[in-house]
Amino acid sequence: MSATTDTEPMVQVEGLHKMFGDLHVLKGVDLEVPRGSVCVVLGPSGSGKSTLLRCVNELEEITGGRIRVDGELMGYREVTKNGRTVLHRLHPKVVARQRARIGMVFQRFNLFPHMTALENVMEAPVQVLGTPKAQARTRAAELLERVGLADRAGHYPAQLSGGQQQRVAIARALAMDPELMLFDEPTSALDPELVGEVLSVMRDLARSGMTMMVVTHEIGFAREVADAVVFMDEGVIVEEGPPEQVLGDPQHERTKSFLAHVL
Amino acid sequence: MALPGQNAPDRAVDPSDPVPDRIHARPVPRPGRWISAVVLLVLAAMAVHGLVTNEKFRWDVVWLYLRDVNVVRGVGWTLLLTFGSMVIAIVLAVGLAVMRRSDNPVMKSVSWTYIWFFRGTPIYTQLVFWGLLAVLYPRLSLGVPFGPEFFEFRTQDVITAFWAALFGLALNEAAYLAEIVRAGLGSVDPGQSEAARALGMKDRKILTRIVLPQAMRVIVPPTGNETISMLKTTSLVLAVPFTLDLTYATNAIGNRTFLPIPLLMVAAFWYLLITSILMVGQYYIERYYGRGFGDQSAGPRRRRGGPGGKRRGRPSKQDLIAASGTTKDDPFLEVTP
Repeated sequence: MSATTDTEPMVQVEGLHKMFGDLHVLKGVDLEVPRGSVCVVLGPSGSGKSTLLRCVNELEEITGGRIRVDGELMGYREVTKNGRTVLHRLHPKVVARQRARIGMVFQRFNLFPHMTALENVMEAPVQVLGTPKAQARTRAAELLERVGLADRAGHYPAQLSGGQQQRVAIARALAMDPELMLFDEPTSALDPELVGEVLSVMRDLARSGMTMMVVTHEIGFAREVADAVVFMDEGVIVEEGPPEQVLGDPQHERTKSFLAHVL
Repeated sequence: MALPGQNAPDRAVDPSDPVPDRIHARPVPRPGRWISAVVLLVLAAMAVHGLVTNEKFRWDVVWLYLRDVNVVRGVGWTLLLTFGSMVIAIVLAVGLAVMRRSDNPVMKSVSWTYIWFFRGTPIYTQLVFWGLLAVLYPRLSLGVPFGPEFFEFRTQDVITAFWAALFGLALNEAAYLAEIVRAGLGSVDPGQSEAARALGMKDRKILTRIVLPQAMRVIVPPTGNETISMLKTTSLVLAVPFTLDLTYATNAIGNRTFLPIPLLMVAAFWYLLITSILMVGQYYIERYYGRGFGDQSAGPRRRRGGPGGKRRGRPSKQDLIAASGTTKDDPFLEVTP
């Protein structure tokens, strides 16, 4: 890991391109997310916002550009030889270690259905970090309490509501003590009445100083919690800035028409 | 016609019943069901009658040889072949299935070719072949191909009829099981391995901790089926020739005593008994791997319960709906005469 300073952004995306075959999904994205800040990414579906998030923790192999998290280049090693810089792909083990520091919450929760809520939260610390089981169990119980599910520890995901499942998923990600949390439309698969409980957990998390990148359609959440709002369309960032600016006084036509539709 | 309020005077009104005027309707008459049931019972009685009264079955001989030492020993060898070959086959099959899903083209095609060959030739032919291995290669050696040899042994010393039978069955079965495992692995939502990867888990851990346990739900029922099928396929090891299994043992006695029918009954009884025990085992294994899915594990999990542990807690609402029997979820219910 390279030397880091407090002023260095947590996430640095430079000239990011992603192609799926011939489909050009991200066409040069530059973005910085400062430490302890919340960046909300808005945009119509197909604009590349989920892909951006998945590139940050290397669930997608990037086609061009650089992504740095906490100053560390993700997925590759730069080797300079005779004045030419060549990229070497990192060993899967190293990639796994890089991912372990980034928590991710999915639209469809993706909890492990054969494990109870508690076991879901314990799994990664025990299997990845080698935390002793007793210690992992105590910590998992604390995290479930933090998301308001202490009494659901012994339930299987199928026995929980969508909102409860998503809160377990957040606890599962937090169990790895991540320095960055990625939320990929965390409330889009929920019944409207369950959205609030998940957003409230996310709000608490933001207040605790967690660096977060959130892809969502919840404009109210963006306005209240975000430090920066990014509006994406067709694979590029159209507009970015503080929420009051992007949401209250959008400059671009595309942003205006999108907000007119979702508000 | 009864006046409102006067209907059903014989009905005792239960004041604690939350449903006022609960319906106690008479069922639709279904005479067809009665007729078909009676016909079937008569046919069954005829079959039993034919079995019991025909003296050629020689039930006394059946009873005698059921506990014959050679027969019981045959049961032992049959069980050993069944379980031994299934265990080897399962290990091979997981390997083959993982190879089949690999990105490495060599791995993929080796797996494909193995399955193609062992599924494509009869088990009988394969067993005969393994039995003849010692003729084909009288000496086997371990070394570098076309290079030096490290050590050498006589084939017939190492590959006896038992090992030829065991591996013959296992290698064939592995090809079928590999396809079952592959289907099982494919049935797991890709979001599962994605979530595990996002948590920093490595491929091997993702397979053993996340994907395989969920795939088991799909893998176990057909594998139970394969085990039962294997139990009876062991009767073909005569082709090797291996001559201690249940079928061979009972046939030998039958031929010697000129009583083939009662000895067939003996063999059938033992195969049926073992199959019944296997079915019970399968039920518990299925219940274990079904945890977290459907109504098998309704209610929160109590303690770490093993496969046999009682884990049923508070029944879910869906269970209660099903248990009440007022919902017709049986697709055949309406067409049954």
